[in-house]
Amino acid sequence: MSETPDLECRDISKSFDDFKAVNDVSFSVPQGTFFSILGPSGCGKTTLLRMIAGFQEPSSGDLLIKGKSVLDVPPNKRPVSMVFQHLALFPMMNIGANVGFGLRQRGVNKTDITKQVERVLERVGLGGVAERPVSSLSGGQKQRVAIARCMVLEPDVLLLDEPLGALDLKLREHMKIELKQLQSEFNTTFVYITHDQSEALVMSDQIAVMNQGVFEQVGTAKELYYEPDTAFVAGFVGEANRFTAKVKGSAGGSVEMVTSDGQTLHGLDARRSLSVGDSVDIFVRPEAVRLSRNQADVAAMGNTGQGKVANILFNGANSQLILRDQTTGAELNVALPQTGEFRDLARDDVIHFGWEQQQTRVYLADGEQTDV
Amino acid sequence: MSDRSKLTFWLLLAPLLIWLLTLIILPHVGMFLVSLREKVGVREYETGFANYAVFFNEPLYWNTFARTAYMSIAATLLTLLIGFPIAYYIAKLTRGRSKTTLFLMCLIPFWVSELVRTFGWMILLRETGVFSNLLQYVGLASGPVEMLYNDAAIMTGLVYTSMLFMVVPLVTTLDSLDDSLIEAGYDLGASGFAILREIVIPHAMPGIVSGCIVVFMLSLGNYLTPILLGGKDSLWFTGLIYSQFITRFNWELGSAFGFLLLGLSSLIVFVGLKLSRQSLGKTMAQ
Repeated sequence: MSETPDLECRDISKSFDDFKAVNDVSFSVPQGTFFSILGPSGCGKTTLLRMIAGFQEPSSGDLLIKGKSVLDVPPNKRPVSMVFQHLALFPMMNIGANVGFGLRQRGVNKTDITKQVERVLERVGLGGVAERPVSSLSGGQKQRVAIARCMVLEPDVLLLDEPLGALDLKLREHMKIELKQLQSEFNTTFVYITHDQSEALVMSDQIAVMNQGVFEQVGTAKELYYEPDTAFVAGFVGEANRFTAKVKGSAGGSVEMVTSDGQTLHGLDARRSLSVGDSVDIFVRPEAVRLSRNQADVAAMGNTGQGKVANILFNGANSQLILRDQTTGAELNVALPQTGEFRDLARDDVIHFGWEQQQTRVYLADGEQTDV
Repeated sequence: MSDRSKLTFWLLLAPLLIWLLTLIILPHVGMFLVSLREKVGVREYETGFANYAVFFNEPLYWNTFARTAYMSIAATLLTLLIGFPIAYYIAKLTRGRSKTTLFLMCLIPFWVSELVRTFGWMILLRETGVFSNLLQYVGLASGPVEMLYNDAAIMTGLVYTSMLFMVVPLVTTLDSLDDSLIEAGYDLGASGFAILREIVIPHAMPGIVSGCIVVFMLSLGNYLTPILLGGKDSLWFTGLIYSQFITRFNWELGSAFGFLLLGLSSLIVFVGLKLSRQSLGKTMAQ
């Protein structure tokens, strides 16, 4: 995009005493993007968000909003708004006063405030509640009020700090869709931080996976899922079977590896960077593994085997099988297709499995990064 | 089972009831009866409101009464004004050890008796006292300066005596204010003053009111501080009550004064609660 991005971070760092919470992070978010920062707790994502909001000062680096550096701008003057983890609605005010708070600070006159508040409340589907107290709302409605309270100020960037964390599962699923709709409706840049990968995957246009203060990979949900750059991303985004192995042989981009259990696996060496004897981490998604009762169905795949069903974890559409490899005894999680074909599968049944070479993600092991 | 739990309930309540009955209700009933006695001759009494009439017909009593009220209100407001920033600092800007230390420092003066504390102020403020000597030594005053026996001295003493009772409820309420509310206020463009006015003070209102009630009651009923620091011109209503009871042996008038003071404090607290739109129950739940 040729326009200036709404938000741009240049080599931003934050250190606390001898601990580097955020380490030289650079990224830019174009206008109207839903940008998520996904990472485990303690990875520095909250610190990063608070720096964008202005509550914390970066130790080094620059922060630009619409192309202008905002490092010297205090939080109450920055064109960003934040939805807090626990929403931080003001309990001493009614809903209308909450939403109108920012406008009142700008000195907008009363009739305009009432009009704008009502308009934004209608947009989030809560028309006519302005006079009610905050405590009369349900969790999901509070969420919408919190967003309305920010959106009424028409910020350049809306920051969201795990706002769905406190909701129960059903509501969370619902709010994911609603947030995404609100974002496209307002067409505002959202920067959303979360530790919940499904929130990030469902809602975001762009996701940055953050670990130990650095961005491991920035990309769309699909890129992160199908082409994770690093072992951390492969392990963190989506489910994965993980093996540690040594490279035994490589030929024409295809590598043969042997796990510590003695299982032989085949994968692609996309970067041609592996050599015989290297220690590698291997990730195989449970849903990438094909199951069959006939060996012929899977025989053509790069990795095949026969396993005994050690356990069935039934969870509706997300059911999984734990297979024990007949020859090596290694465990493998496999997603159980719900097509009815395997409905009568029972413990101790023997079944064939297989997956394609390109479904095997191989990463050079280097102690630190593989620490998931 | 329900009989036993009832018994437990009454047994647990008994100390409170006995305390209320013997120390609060009985003496007040007795005092009220005494205040209604009119002395018509030696050991001859009639029932009537003559003692109350004396109060309303004598401007000195009236003025002392009013003066006690507004001085107490002023002392309360001053304590609030000084105590609020202290409480805010302790509750919001300090963490862990320094928080405990600061809180303890507010408490330390209360380890010595009020009498000793008041004498401390006298040592500082009197003509031959520390401040007077210091001013002369520095050269700001040519002769001894008397700082005792004026309203400012009384006010200083009252504020000092009451500070803890303002700071404690304020720290408690401010502690319960979620920091993210303040941050949200900033984030939405509010200035520090707007946040104080729209978020911090409304949240702290129950604490402010309960602190003010306690401080006001303590000041209004204070005897030692106004008498010692204000001297014989202090004109504090408790002083009048004392002199009726002890100096004049006029228990009837003294009792009437006592009841008027009770009525006054109740009235002012009621008006204060109405003005701040707080209820007594909500405030005391702090």
